[in-house]
Amino acid sequence: MPEPSFIIGVDVGGTFTDIFVLDEDRNFCEIVKVPSRPEDQSTGILDGISKVSKNFEDISLIIHGTTVGTNALLERKGAKTGIITTTGFRDVIEMRRRDRPHTWGLWGNFEPIIPRDLRLEVDERVLSNGVIEKPVDIDQVRDAAQQLISMGVEAVCIFFMNSYANSANEKLALEAVQSVWPNDYITCASEILPEIREFERGSTSALNAYLQPIIGNYLERLGTGLAKGGLQGEVLIVQSNGGVMTIDISRSFPVRTALSGPAAGVIAGAYIGKVSGYDNLITCDMGGTSFDVSLVSDGDTALAPQTSVDFGLVVRTPMIEITTIGAGGGSIAWVDRGGLLQVGPESAGSNPGPVCYGLGNDRPTVTDANLVMGRINAERPIGGMLNSLDVEASKKAIAEHIGKPLAIEVMEAAEAVIQVANAKMAGAIRLVSIEKGHDPEKFVAMPFGGGGALHTGALIKDVGLAKAIVPRFPGITSALGCVIADMRLDRVHTLNVLLNNIKLGDLHKEIELTSKASEKIITQSKVKFERIDYVFELDMLYVGQTHSVSARLPVNINKIREELSLEVIKKSFEDAYFSNFGRLLEGIDLRILNLRVSVIGRRPKLDLHIFAPSSNSSLKDAETGERNVWVDGGWQSAKIYNRLDLPEESSISGPALLEQSDTTIFLEPDLEGSVDKLGNLIISRRE
Amino acid sequence: MTQTKNKRPEISPILMAVLKGRLEQIADEMDATLFRSAFNPIIAEAHDASHGLYHRETGETLIQGKSGLPVFVGAMAFAVKSVIDRVQAKNIVIEPGDIFIFNDPYEGGTHLSDFKLVKPYFIDGELFCYLASVGHWHDVGGNVPGNYNPVATECYQEGMLIPPVKLASSGVINQDIVDILQSNSRLPESLYGDLNAQVSALELGVKRLSEILDEYGRDIIEGVLDQLKNSAAQLMASYIRDLPDGCYSADDWLDNDGITDQELMISLDITISGENLTLDFSRTSSACAGPVNISRSTCIASCYVALKHIFKDVPANAGVLDPIDFIIPEDSLLNVKRPKPVGGYTETILRVIDVIFQAVANIDPTKSNGCAYGTINALSLAGFRENGSRWVMFSFFGGGHGGNPERDGLNHGNAPISTATIPPLEILEAAYPIKFNQWALRQDSGGAGLNRGGCGSVYEIELLEERADVFLFGERGKLPPLGINGGASGSLSEFYYPGTDGKPTCPPMVSKGDGIKLEKGQKLLLKTPGGGGYGNPKERDADKVVEDVRLGYVSTESALQDYFCHLDDKGILDLEKTNKLRKVL
Repeated sequence: MPEPSFIIGVDVGGTFTDIFVLDEDRNFCEIVKVPSRPEDQSTGILDGISKVSKNFEDISLIIHGTTVGTNALLERKGAKTGIITTTGFRDVIEMRRRDRPHTWGLWGNFEPIIPRDLRLEVDERVLSNGVIEKPVDIDQVRDAAQQLISMGVEAVCIFFMNSYANSANEKLALEAVQSVWPNDYITCASEILPEIREFERGSTSALNAYLQPIIGNYLERLGTGLAKGGLQGEVLIVQSNGGVMTIDISRSFPVRTALSGPAAGVIAGAYIGKVSGYDNLITCDMGGTSFDVSLVSDGDTALAPQTSVDFGLVVRTPMIEITTIGAGGGSIAWVDRGGLLQVGPESAGSNPGPVCYGLGNDRPTVTDANLVMGRINAERPIGGMLNSLDVEASKKAIAEHIGKPLAIEVMEAAEAVIQVANAKMAGAIRLVSIEKGHDPEKFVAMPFGGGGALHTGALIKDVGLAKAIVPRFPGITSALGCVIADMRLDRVHTLNVLLNNIKLGDLHKEIELTSKASEKIITQSKVKFERIDYVFELDMLYVGQTHSVSARLPVNINKIREELSLEVIKKSFEDAYFSNFGRLLEGIDLRILNLRVSVIGRRPKLDLHIFAPSSNSSLKDAETGERNVWVDGGWQSAKIYNRLDLPEESSISGPALLEQSDTTIFLEPDLEGSVDKLGNLIISRRE
Repeated sequence: MTQTKNKRPEISPILMAVLKGRLEQIADEMDATLFRSAFNPIIAEAHDASHGLYHRETGETLIQGKSGLPVFVGAMAFAVKSVIDRVQAKNIVIEPGDIFIFNDPYEGGTHLSDFKLVKPYFIDGELFCYLASVGHWHDVGGNVPGNYNPVATECYQEGMLIPPVKLASSGVINQDIVDILQSNSRLPESLYGDLNAQVSALELGVKRLSEILDEYGRDIIEGVLDQLKNSAAQLMASYIRDLPDGCYSADDWLDNDGITDQELMISLDITISGENLTLDFSRTSSACAGPVNISRSTCIASCYVALKHIFKDVPANAGVLDPIDFIIPEDSLLNVKRPKPVGGYTETILRVIDVIFQAVANIDPTKSNGCAYGTINALSLAGFRENGSRWVMFSFFGGGHGGNPERDGLNHGNAPISTATIPPLEILEAAYPIKFNQWALRQDSGGAGLNRGGCGSVYEIELLEERADVFLFGERGKLPPLGINGGASGSLSEFYYPGTDGKPTCPPMVSKGDGIKLEKGQKLLLKTPGGGGYGNPKERDADKVVEDVRLGYVSTESALQDYFCHLDDKGILDLEKTNKLRKVL
């Protein structure tokens, strides 16, 4: 039997499950879209994979970006979970950092994922310096565990004050719980996040416990289904940090998959950009309800230390920094009481969806405006779920809800909706670029998702970006990202010590031990790596400050003891601080807050030439007709092309529409597009 | 910019929506720049700062950032106006690159800790508008570190007082001014860092405004600013028009002024007539000796905050106040002049917001909510470490929000005047020689109601080293946050320290304390109020009461006394007894 040679990326979206199949031996790829099964995502995946592989034995690796965790958090559908915590502190996860949901208006509320009666207290106390003031009362822990069992709890989180400084009490409690309750779903806070800040640690750990049974069961079903089909190869899960991990690790740390789906898209964007010669880019993912942007600078994705999945649901674990605004294809356009035109944040989603779907929504959306303006083909809706779109219904809704209150004609109103939506999206791009000190002229936009490419032209002009690069298959970028992602494990540990007081020997040892432990986990999998990379960082600050900067240590894993000195640490901090704030402070002591160690297994990279367009066809062959599009207050005739048939190095002037099964690209009259040798379409302003 | 309005080009609704976002982004970006680069946690973590664009003649707010402290949104217009007045009165020549700096609370509002930087913006040598930045500095002198002096009787005991002077002329910073400011602070480096960060925020604002003016031209931008103001005014007027004409009143109280334990009344009479609304504070107590006075501009700014909480989709600019008249008598504690102390302004404006919520509830309860916990409880502990170094811990605390027509109030929220968070207890324990023994929600603290007030909290703090001085600036120790529409009050704020006999003792001024000494191993206990309830507690679904008892938000006793729900000691509802009880009462 030949070696299995298929590598499969799987992304499960709200409507479709995308499967990207790469045949490594034959240098060939295939794309499959099947309807998602919201009730059990794994069934959709198995359906999809069966279409490309009759016998799973030819698959070496399946990599999966999942939204099971995100959805469970947003819909509050996690497991019944309990907390065992320090006496006096059971309300930490409910009290948050003393905030509120909205700046204006005091009617917001917060429902903790673990209700108060399932949060039990036991006597124990560790001080901030790690001294155990009070040993943990083991009997109380056992009683608490019994009580939680009797209350029907499935998962439990053990979370003590200051456990970042000394985890001994938590570990003893963990053993005690395990002794009375053999249970796979026990989360120990100091194992999830040994970092100072009790709410962030408690929230992350509680969410982890809350997700464990859901994700565990899901991965179990998926694993069983794949094994039944004959799979011998490995299954990996995309983490929020853009790296992938084994199923076992994902089951223990499901909270790290909270933003698995969107992360994969950014990874793919960064890689396609890099290979195509663009190291600085802004990925723009436009779906039905939201527009997600992320910045890639010098080929690196930006990592955020934490995010809130919803108000008060804080997850602190490194994740790809993605800014989301409520402007998707399904976002509803409306005129407010003061006569201002607004788009979103309310969305019709994909069901009932835009008015033109005819599924019951009668308020106009961004997609309706695009349709009325001829930018979407009414006879060829993307995805293939519907046979055609109802243009007249869209027109009627726009006239009624936008035209009438603003006293303008329907076409003007449709254009207004698109302009306001574009302005909102441009604002999000400015937020991640200009506001962070990046020069937009050095960046290109990379649209993906179903709707991004309709708006890109306007966006690059609005923000002043150099160009836009539309990947060959914008609709399956996340699935592609799964195939590309590296394996990655991040660990953090709070040290909270003055630089001058640190024991270098201990630090060396901790870095080495942590690196080895992570490396072991990574290399245990059957995955092939080109090399293993290590990233060592210290979160540092001047004494008296509260915000730290991350100082990357320029040391080699094999030479930690020789290369890591106090001087190197100080210089690394000063370089990082200066690049952030343009100044240094003299005579103020430095504090090291946290040590961060990331171990990355670099996987062999996909050769994007498999996307290369045909070189022997002509532009004429790709042309499929003409259609009127509404631009700048009037109708213009635009040529329509079949995007995938465009030959290499061909060039097209706007206005033009490029159609493919998963998206439509609109080139405005003052833009031109050219096809590069990897099949990307590069959009730029016409000279 | 109304005087040249007729010449303006017609702005399409599309351009309007696009440019509104672009202009707001300028202020947002100024906010973000300051938060990132400030040195002091009150700005960096608690976001006690704000930025915006202001009218060149009236000082009115044109554009305001979304992330700054809500109360500044109204106050900044007065700050800019006081610069404009001073420029006129003293014939000061202003030029591009100038920056004014000041903290005078009687002109620009709020208290001495808030330093305002105001920068004129020119187009071709002609004044176009002002940009301004305000931030709460860590220490500005005065008798108490951190400037919350609960026994001040003059502003001079609260900190240095700087009138609007030029910090920069034609782009050059006047180092003499910086030296004077720094030598008046206990934390000169922090002050220097914050000052520089505010200057950077203004520079960024200038750059962004220039870009947008280059792109669209002055006429368009002025037209948009005009229309934005008109649109806010129209929207506000439309909301007022929806309310029935008439006069509606509400009264609330402050515990005392920190000097004499005598309640102070905050009274409001709202008159609605068509699209006009008058807020009349005539019946409010006169100016007091202690630091709970506020200036007229602060009072108006806090009214703005309350109205924005009620009518949240009105854009944040001067137009909101167009249909509103204010009557605030000269001798009122809401309209004081120098040198009356104003350091505790946060407590007073919370009460102004409370009376507005109550008065609006009298007009239409479905538009309002029960009062929030109503005190920031500024607590400082200061002492010397075993190695002789000085430490000062300064923190605020949370409480419950009011019940509202839609649902129960939020547990442990922040004050309506701010969006600030508080530091984690682990950060406090790591930084100072203290330990928390409790950090919990407070049972029975939320006011009973159809929709219950949110719970306040209980914090117990133990001192781990030799000794510390304790200061507390709080309120709601004698008079609780009120409910509306038949809802009951939240609980009182309570503060205990070990008295000379070692027993838990309340301060003589109840919610304010100074000169308190704490020894190693001794404890402080702070219990914050919950929010007021909404609607008749008897109408609260008995199942919800049972659930509240099960979760410990409400005790069995309170269930019976306040909700007329009869629960046995296992928490099981006796439906028959409950129905009978609820019917009779």
